[in-house]
Amino acid sequence: MDKAYITRGVKRCSTPRFLLWIAPWAALLVFGIYCAGLCLVKGLNQTNMDNRFAFGLWIFLDLTVIALGAGAFFTGFLLYILKFKELKAVINSAVVIGLVCYSGAMAALMVDVGQPLRAWFTFWYPNVHSMLTEVTFCISCYLAVLLIEYLPIVLRNRKLREVPGFLVFEFELHKLIYVLAGVGTFLSFFHQGSLGGLYGVLRGRPFAFREGIFVWPSTFFLFILSAAAVGPSFIILTTSLVEKITKKRLVKRRAFDLLARISGLLLAVYVLAKTLDTLIWINRTSPAHGFTASQYYDWKPFGTWILFAEIVLCGMVPALILLTPRLRARRAWLISAAALACSGVALNRFVQTIQTLALPTLSFDKFLSYTPSWQETGTFLAVAAYGVLVYSFSFRYFQVFPEERELEAGAGRY
Amino acid sequence: MSSETRKTPTGRYGMTIDIDRCNGCGACMVACAVENNVPPAASAATDRTGITWIRVFRIDNGGQGDAQRSAFVPMLCQHCGDAPCVSVCPQQAIDVDPVTGIVGQMPERCLGCRYCMVACPYHARYFNWLDPAWPAGMEKTLNPDVAPRMRGVVEKCNFCHGRLHAAKQMGAGNGLPSYIPACAEACPTQAIHFGNLDDGAAEVAKGARNPNSFRLLESIGTDPKIYYRSKKKWVREIANAPHPEKENSRG
Repeated sequence: MDKAYITRGVKRCSTPRFLLWIAPWAALLVFGIYCAGLCLVKGLNQTNMDNRFAFGLWIFLDLTVIALGAGAFFTGFLLYILKFKELKAVINSAVVIGLVCYSGAMAALMVDVGQPLRAWFTFWYPNVHSMLTEVTFCISCYLAVLLIEYLPIVLRNRKLREVPGFLVFEFELHKLIYVLAGVGTFLSFFHQGSLGGLYGVLRGRPFAFREGIFVWPSTFFLFILSAAAVGPSFIILTTSLVEKITKKRLVKRRAFDLLARISGLLLAVYVLAKTLDTLIWINRTSPAHGFTASQYYDWKPFGTWILFAEIVLCGMVPALILLTPRLRARRAWLISAAALACSGVALNRFVQTIQTLALPTLSFDKFLSYTPSWQETGTFLAVAAYGVLVYSFSFRYFQVFPEERELEAGAGRY
Repeated sequence: MSSETRKTPTGRYGMTIDIDRCNGCGACMVACAVENNVPPAASAATDRTGITWIRVFRIDNGGQGDAQRSAFVPMLCQHCGDAPCVSVCPQQAIDVDPVTGIVGQMPERCLGCRYCMVACPYHARYFNWLDPAWPAGMEKTLNPDVAPRMRGVVEKCNFCHGRLHAAKQMGAGNGLPSYIPACAEACPTQAIHFGNLDDGAAEVAKGARNPNSFRLLESIGTDPKIYYRSKKKWVREIANAPHPEKENSRG
């Protein structure tokens, strides 16, 4: 039925089968939109957030998806600025993932604020000292960059190419790609950093507060590094998942190998920096504020296992696997390592958001817990469903993996 | 505020609270709510979603039976000199008045991102999770000098700015106008005193200098302007960071 829109030389499942695949995700998206609608119309009382847990599931989601979506800017940086040509095979996929992650996060943020119609106030009355201002500016600008980067992928659709104007426009856009990659890298670096700074500057929360390097707290740099490290891992994960679902080889091995090496190297640097930062925090920053670091881990279930999981299990272990050629050559090891790395960054964002708020600051405070409401969870799931849908449509109708045709003809070998 | 007034700092409003005098009656909470048009708690509101610009916490010494001792701690915005909430607000909805030292909140400009609430170590900021509503007839008791806040914005103690404005209208001399916030006025045991901390002769300044006086979480460097006071050592220890093994109760 939709054969005319599918790229020449690649095989896609039948339309009914595709509809069957997207139906549950579409249903989840509709349910999530209903949940988000409830929060917008009736207010944030529909959530289980409160005056102590002022941030919750959505901020955790935003931080995590934006870190995972970092593959978009980082792959663009590696391909267009540092000229790693092997990454051409995954750049389109990285752009789609980046677009999904950033737009999904933006949508969740719009539901998360009490007065979404006042979002423009941040641009009109910006507080230049606020990390959230930096986040707002960078996320908005970078989303615009991602949309422009996504446009050529759309315009290369078989049917749309029949329109001469689109072809010319796509050609002209392509000339801009180096500029866009540069701007995107700058914006996203700053954005990842300012998300880290969001917590690092919290002097009132000694668990999150970190000392600064120049004007930025150390978390600013740690967030950039961790996002750049797991971005490629997330591309490995998603590409492998798409290969598994579609039962196709989409990318040549060398691209995976390069992504794994880059991810492993950056993860190793991150683990080192994170360890150093944690030691400084335990021995200097936290005690200087009257809080001994050990007390943070006496409030169960947030024991020291979190530090171990974050630094060793989901940091050092995947870094070693990804840096060992023999191990990363095995698909199971590669995927496990990439999954561990992504889990590590998700755990880090969870700790920053949830543990920071759960811990008491006053001596007569209690350690509090929080469970998201079904409306919050529904909105959260809608972002995931939206991501799957955008990716599914992009994969079906656009050339997300340029090497697919060649591999399908039997030239490549995974 | 004009640039001229910015150049003429005349003091810092602050408060002393004598914990040994506080009997936990909650009159300050009621007076504050009435003065500042804080609506009665909705049926859906909880301890963690309700709005109380000033909230009385019960603490105890951790003892059992006869050894147990309790005290009450009224908690409100500490009007920090180096307020952690100010720098984080993305749209300048919070400021520290350089003339009075009051940390002001502009609900009309608030986006409701709640970053300031995360930044505040005293949990003295409240989000309007629900629409403000007054039972039929009760809206006639609203204070015409204070605008009620809408759903989706943050609010907090502002040292009764309605009363400050009224005092400014009446005052003619130099220095900070003299007035009393609703909580201090309503306290039956006179545990709360308010005034200019920079005026050495003022009772509040003398109270702040009392050797039994302390501020909460001074170690994090927020420079709060609420001075608590108690002769009991175990009460004075609440100024410090929490310890998991020594659990106090809150009310």
